Amino acid sequence: MSSVDSIIVGAGHNGLVCAAYLAQKGQRVIVLEAADEVGGLAGGREFHPGFRASIAHSISHFSTKIAAELKLASHGYTVTGESTPLIGLAAGRDPVIINGRDITGVGNDDRTAYAAYVDELEHYAKALAPAWTEIIPRIGSQRFSEVMTFAKIGLRLRRLGKQAMAEFLRVASLPARDLVDERFDDDLLKALLCWDGLIGSRMAPRSPNSAVLAMLYRMSEGNAGQHQIAAGGTSALVNALRAAAEAAGAEIRTGCSVENITIAGDTDGLSATGVRLRDGESLAADNVISAVDSKRTFLNLVGVQYLDIEFSNRIRRIRTDGLVGKLHLALDSLPEFRGVDAPNGRFIIADTMDAIEFAFDDSKYGRPSTDPVIECVIPSLNDPQAAPDGKHVLSAHVMYVPYRHKDGWSESTRTEIQNAAINAIERVAPKLRDSIVHAEFLTPADIESQYGATGGHWHHGEFAMDQMLMMRPTYGAAQYSTPIPGLFLASAGSHPGGDLVGAAGHNAAQAVLR
Amino acid sequence: MSRYDAIIIGAGHNGLTNAAYLAKAGLKVVVLEKNDYIGGAAVSREMEPGWIYSSCSYVCSMMRQAIHRDLDLARHGLILVPYLGTVNFGDGDERLFAYHDEDAADLELRRHSPHDADAMHRFQSDLTRYSQLIRKTLMRTPPDPTSFRLRDVREFIYLAKQFWSLGEQEVYEYIRFFTMSAAEYLDDYFENELIKGAMASPGIIGTALGVYSPGSAYILLHHVMGDVDGSIGAWGLARGGMGAISHSIASALQEFGGEIRTNAPVDKIRVQNGKSTGVVLENGDELDAAIVVSNLDAKRTFTQVMDKGDLPDGIYERAKNFKIRGSSGKVNIALSGLPKFTGVPDNPYLNRGGQGFTGSLETMERAYDCWKRGRWSDDPFIESVIPSVWDPTVAPAGKHWMSNFVQYCPPELADGPWTPEKRDAFGKTVIDKIERYSPGFSDLIVHMEVRTPHEIENEVGLTEGNIFQGELTIDQLFFNRPFPGYGQYRMPVKNLYMCGSSTHPGGGVSAVCGANAAREILLDLRRPNTVPEDDFYDE
Repeated sequence: MSSVDSIIVGAGHNGLVCAAYLAQKGQRVIVLEAADEVGGLAGGREFHPGFRASIAHSISHFSTKIAAELKLASHGYTVTGESTPLIGLAAGRDPVIINGRDITGVGNDDRTAYAAYVDELEHYAKALAPAWTEIIPRIGSQRFSEVMTFAKIGLRLRRLGKQAMAEFLRVASLPARDLVDERFDDDLLKALLCWDGLIGSRMAPRSPNSAVLAMLYRMSEGNAGQHQIAAGGTSALVNALRAAAEAAGAEIRTGCSVENITIAGDTDGLSATGVRLRDGESLAADNVISAVDSKRTFLNLVGVQYLDIEFSNRIRRIRTDGLVGKLHLALDSLPEFRGVDAPNGRFIIADTMDAIEFAFDDSKYGRPSTDPVIECVIPSLNDPQAAPDGKHVLSAHVMYVPYRHKDGWSESTRTEIQNAAINAIERVAPKLRDSIVHAEFLTPADIESQYGATGGHWHHGEFAMDQMLMMRPTYGAAQYSTPIPGLFLASAGSHPGGDLVGAAGHNAAQAVLR
Repeated sequence: MSRYDAIIIGAGHNGLTNAAYLAKAGLKVVVLEKNDYIGGAAVSREMEPGWIYSSCSYVCSMMRQAIHRDLDLARHGLILVPYLGTVNFGDGDERLFAYHDEDAADLELRRHSPHDADAMHRFQSDLTRYSQLIRKTLMRTPPDPTSFRLRDVREFIYLAKQFWSLGEQEVYEYIRFFTMSAAEYLDDYFENELIKGAMASPGIIGTALGVYSPGSAYILLHHVMGDVDGSIGAWGLARGGMGAISHSIASALQEFGGEIRTNAPVDKIRVQNGKSTGVVLENGDELDAAIVVSNLDAKRTFTQVMDKGDLPDGIYERAKNFKIRGSSGKVNIALSGLPKFTGVPDNPYLNRGGQGFTGSLETMERAYDCWKRGRWSDDPFIESVIPSVWDPTVAPAGKHWMSNFVQYCPPELADGPWTPEKRDAFGKTVIDKIERYSPGFSDLIVHMEVRTPHEIENEVGLTEGNIFQGELTIDQLFFNRPFPGYGQYRMPVKNLYMCGSSTHPGGGVSAVCGANAAREILLDLRRPNTVPEDDFYDE
């Protein structure tokens, strides 16, 4: 049995980033991926012959630092520099279109307010940005460099100015609804601006504490928080990361499912020694880095018998129930959205904040919304591989779809929410149904079983104040190392969290190399 | 034209406390009250001959002992009595009895869930630890996080030390408690829906949040950080009704030479050259004072009794955006006898304190969903107390008065403003729910007073009828209360202060806001401080 320096479990984007950094430092690295393709939730998958889609369908704030350091451009990931317009659609009125700092479809007051709003939030986002990509130390750490990490965050906020800092400390915990209610009149605009604070989390416009932080997180790469179009879509990013890792010498094995992480114990305590694969093979390594979610890592791959009971209880209580369903439509023609010239944008279908709130209410009691709210894009416009020539794919996030259905998920309950979602889109894209060749709906439970993410949660754990920073996934494992020497975490379940960012993979590599 | 050192607007318990401490320092003070009675929301009123209603607030726990003792309120007539023996009613036949005998309480929990009976020990000790920390911040002025002044930095170091003394692990746990929803937090401890419902109910009282809303766990803490007779988290009654609190403070104030004027509604706070110089009453009288202290809520202070032109830029907008959401109703009932409840044994240990018509978390959350939609739930959460069981002074012999606090009740209805008919329909919903658990209840009703946020606002002056003078969410707590930059009781106009529960530490009949504001005023006037330090017998 030959030993390598590091084994990385899971070839999602964080696993690949981590592999690339470690391999660049000269480590022998093997990445093990259970699926046949790399990328995890960002990886492409054929959902109908000739039609491909991924769960993640846009890139909001992938770290430019990582992209540069891993030379992703030379591996085929280029950002056009243009942002995807954010378009709010509601039946019976003109859309609201936000393109960078331009906004159309709203009154003058809101237009002026929007400029001030973006300035204000970007100001905060910039001050916070470094904190998302560095290792957040334990509270009370005695190491000077770690104490300085906190001091620097405080100082950056103070440098915003006295008033701006004070205001930030108020705004940071506001519900999305209050944030936009204070500034705007237009209902559709307000719903549109709430969106990026809520999606992927158990939050509705009225939920306090974490929505604004989610917005600022998503704005951390500047560009007013606008999502980017990568030529080739999210798969271009995933493929570039794979190429970068392989170019640096990492070995990537797909279709290779890990049964468990092997732990050895002696009088010095426990340590991770490698992994055992489902087919029985064992691989040895000095470091095992898990890029799958924290619950799966500790409860399934490690096993609670190796964990302190308080620690395993804390892992168990991480909130991981996903609330976003995914609709994929194979279309034989380009859909037409009412009031929009070219459907190249990220469409939000939610008339008002109440519409989002009330959709959320259904899900609290274990039922998908009867009137879901939706974000959709047409990935085939930028990714020729997504659909055959002349055909298209519509990819939609559907809120709110609970992981646990009160009556259990079945073909009929799934069809119900699929129809509700298509109806909602059809209200702003008439004749959509006529062009549907095939439809697929994935509930969070489906996402869990297909992609392995516990609860089907995008972020591998709720992006909430109590599960952020040095509390993500839980204290004792929040600096990427774990109570078991040799075992590291590198998934979205660690700081800073989900979306396509790469910071968790990057930070985990730093922790391994420390 | 009379001249005062300080004018306090509003004779609620905080205004009276503030005035008492200023008078104690030798200032010439007057408290102006629009109603013909004092007390604001801490009142006792004879609404039906022989029955004394605590029309608004109805139980007491957060009143700081240091103030209680320092103002010698006992001598001024205040007697607080703990009440015990609460019953929580489930959606169906389930009942949860809170015996005050520890063994009985434990057995009772065990009847529902052995797991939860064990968890309760953990929960109570965690809650007590967290509340001890937060109690230390109450009678202190929040530091300004943006300031490098010695005083603020020192205060931050003090707080950091207190926080850090919990130990690293506890700090993280504390942050969780501070930011999570009551329901999610309780899920970590309990499995039984009725127990969770009973424990979650303080998390929504007075708040436009649901048990599933992040932040509601803190509201829960806010309600258990008080004490009665040294028993942390216990609740008590003021003998003679909540007005006894206001009256005892008023009596202390008068002993210090302070003056109270009722029927004296203030029209405007007068501002000259950026300084407040006095007030103009609605009858046109003008009163001069070196200092004006508003015990009104932040919204009312800056949008009703001040001219926008007198305020620095942005303050009016901040006041408009201040979250002060009406979410609670109150139904006060005079009863011809003690109601009997189904499924509750008739013994002297039970049914002596309160009734919590909580039901499951889902029932409570669904009531919040109705509030969001501008209506009240058919199945609201009701917290009831029958104070006359403990206090013979509030109802004629053999008769009773019952306080029913209802969550939620919207400040405005989706189909238009409140009308007397709608108010009565709301009252009927409450009676119907109680009747479900106490057949024949409505036959006992002698008199009934229904108060929606509309009535509370009109009578007491609390904007939207919000009982805390502003939501208790992080964006409006501590140094953010009422607004960032104004968390130290001094307001944007010179010589103007605030002392109501729109300021730190918020509502709950604690008298702390008034006392803290007095300390800051005396500091500015370079007078010796008359406000006591908090005392912690629990350490």
